[in-house]
Amino acid sequence: MSVSMPDTYVADDPAGAFPLVQLLTPEGQRVSHDEFSYDGDDDSIRDLFRDLVLSRRIDFEANALQRHGELGLWAPAQGQEAAQIGSGRALRPQDFAFPTYREHGVALCRGVDPALLLGLFRGVELGGWDPAEHGFALYSIVIGAQTLHATGYAMGLNLDGAVGTGDSERDAAVIAYFGDGATSQGSVNEAFDWAAVFNAPVVFFCQNNQYAISASTDRQTRGPIAQRAGGFGFRGIRVDGNDVLACHAVTTAAMQRARDGEGPMLIEAYTYRMGAHTTSDDPTRYRDSAEVETWKLKDPIERVKRYLLVQGTPQEFFDDLDAEAEELGRHLRETCKALPEPDLAELFDEVFVEGTPELAEQKADYLAFRDSLEPEGSAS
Amino acid sequence: MTKMPLGKGLNAGLRAAMEADDKVMIMGEDVGKLGGVFRITDGLQKDFGESRVIDAPLSESGILGTAIGLTMRGYRPVLEIQFDGFVYPAYDQIVSQVAKLHFRSRGAVTMPIVIRIPFGGGIGAVEHHSESPEAQFALTAGLKVVSCSNANDAYWMIQQAIASDDPIVFMEPKRRYWDQGEVDLESAPAPLHASRVLREGTDATLIAYGPMVKTCLESADAAAEEGNSIEVIDLRTLSPLDLDPVFESVRRTGHAIVVHEAAQTLGLGAEISARITEKCFFSLEAPVLRVTGYDLPYPPSRAEEEFLPGLDRVLEAVDRSLAY
Repeated sequence: MSVSMPDTYVADDPAGAFPLVQLLTPEGQRVSHDEFSYDGDDDSIRDLFRDLVLSRRIDFEANALQRHGELGLWAPAQGQEAAQIGSGRALRPQDFAFPTYREHGVALCRGVDPALLLGLFRGVELGGWDPAEHGFALYSIVIGAQTLHATGYAMGLNLDGAVGTGDSERDAAVIAYFGDGATSQGSVNEAFDWAAVFNAPVVFFCQNNQYAISASTDRQTRGPIAQRAGGFGFRGIRVDGNDVLACHAVTTAAMQRARDGEGPMLIEAYTYRMGAHTTSDDPTRYRDSAEVETWKLKDPIERVKRYLLVQGTPQEFFDDLDAEAEELGRHLRETCKALPEPDLAELFDEVFVEGTPELAEQKADYLAFRDSLEPEGSAS
Repeated sequence: MTKMPLGKGLNAGLRAAMEADDKVMIMGEDVGKLGGVFRITDGLQKDFGESRVIDAPLSESGILGTAIGLTMRGYRPVLEIQFDGFVYPAYDQIVSQVAKLHFRSRGAVTMPIVIRIPFGGGIGAVEHHSESPEAQFALTAGLKVVSCSNANDAYWMIQQAIASDDPIVFMEPKRRYWDQGEVDLESAPAPLHASRVLREGTDATLIAYGPMVKTCLESADAAAEEGNSIEVIDLRTLSPLDLDPVFESVRRTGHAIVVHEAAQTLGLGAEISARITEKCFFSLEAPVLRVTGYDLPYPPSRAEEEFLPGLDRVLEAVDRSLAY
């Protein structure tokens, strides 16, 4: 039985109060917008296309690795590449991103070796990279928790005077990624409130991929997600999340505004998760194939390819990119299997900066027990 | 040496920490203009400014969650949770994030956060204002938990906690805020994670922390009048536990009694009893006893005098232990 929704429900009505910002149609046509524009040339669009293709390849390989038993789990991002690459490429080196567990494309933009993303899902790491080195926090599995971390980091930028100085090498901002399901969490609403109250330079980037595992967006909210921002005192924008140019343009503007000291903004990237929530669920149980087919027509990669072909991009470019994606796939497969297994003994030393006598004693007990076992393969 | 109440010791310690390191900042509800509902942060915003003493929105999860981001930017936030019973909205950020980020990042991320929680009962407050949730943090791997019982420790331990690169839950015995004590501003303090024998004795060992330390010292005085010599140990650190002085004491006295306000079941007394039994089994002349709060949600304040361990209940347990 379905629950009827009131007439005011417009969350899935992109043509309603919050029309989509779109700069590239599914047919590959550039269109203009009153406020936002993509200023790069075709070479820069080819760069974005390369990122889109590589990030899809990461997803493809990781799914395959999971099916081969090399990963315990994977969170597929297919369909969300434009939202991730468009926003990720709008960041500067001094900016900082706080991801969920699905921001594989953003990780690529932040210079994290994609193979390191596999450690968490393989079960050999709980993180896998140094956040400070990449300006990219560890994946957050608790839904929405990272939006507060992002807001706190942005408050720190304010305290450091790293906002609004006019020095483009110094001024920084933060981007917090989350999904439509996260908007139901208290943390996200608290993050909105704190960011507004402290005028924190943080851009909230919601990838509304229509589903929180199996629950559709109308189970999370009765109003458009972009509208949330208004209640907290800042602006929300809804962008075509499958349009890399629009995602880039809107995020670039929002981040610059934040770096200039004008506070937070919410971007709702309206998109669709083509695959499962994770490799553990079966999306055919909660959505029909007609819906998936509709979204296939809006594919974020195909539309850019159509545009680039019309612009006369030589076939050699696509062939080279295919080869590069092949190489990335090989790198992922090989590195995945070579990721070092965790040594439980080392983990005792990593709980605290300053270890405790209790942990030292337990480690000693563990090592003594381990040493007391027969070595593997020894016959008795 | 100078005399001051425990609460003033905390205030002076916070001031010293802020003077020593300009990355130290205070954040919490009403900590600025008001100086905190217990005035522990009194005058700090006036002297250090609104960017270092921040009046937070009424949002405990927000206080903890944003502090995590601030540490990633190099700050050392000292957070005030106004009352014990209001820490639960922040519980997720404390146990799932603060406690784990250093471990998850294999040391790349540090969380030098101090979470100050005025805890425990005995002040006649309304509900949610008198709880003892320390065990819930002490059992969380990745957190350290300490509790002061006197003005000197208040002054020094808060500075040591702030200087630590690990996250520390700092439990303040709110019913003892106004108790006067000598503070030695000059001599180097004891290590933060060390328990301490406050009164020597030969017949039985009382083990306590925070608000119950005073109760145990008074109980030992009363027991002395009856001819019993009671040793009193202030744990000071609840995670990690420093039990070597406890074991040493129990091996001499043969009798151990753990006293805390928190409920009995799965309270710190259970862990301490287990470890004493493991380490001192052949020295024990009686089972390790516990004097604790009952397994009730905190009762209406007119019933707290009977709910909280007091002199008579502690003395009764001493007698029971010695009677074995």
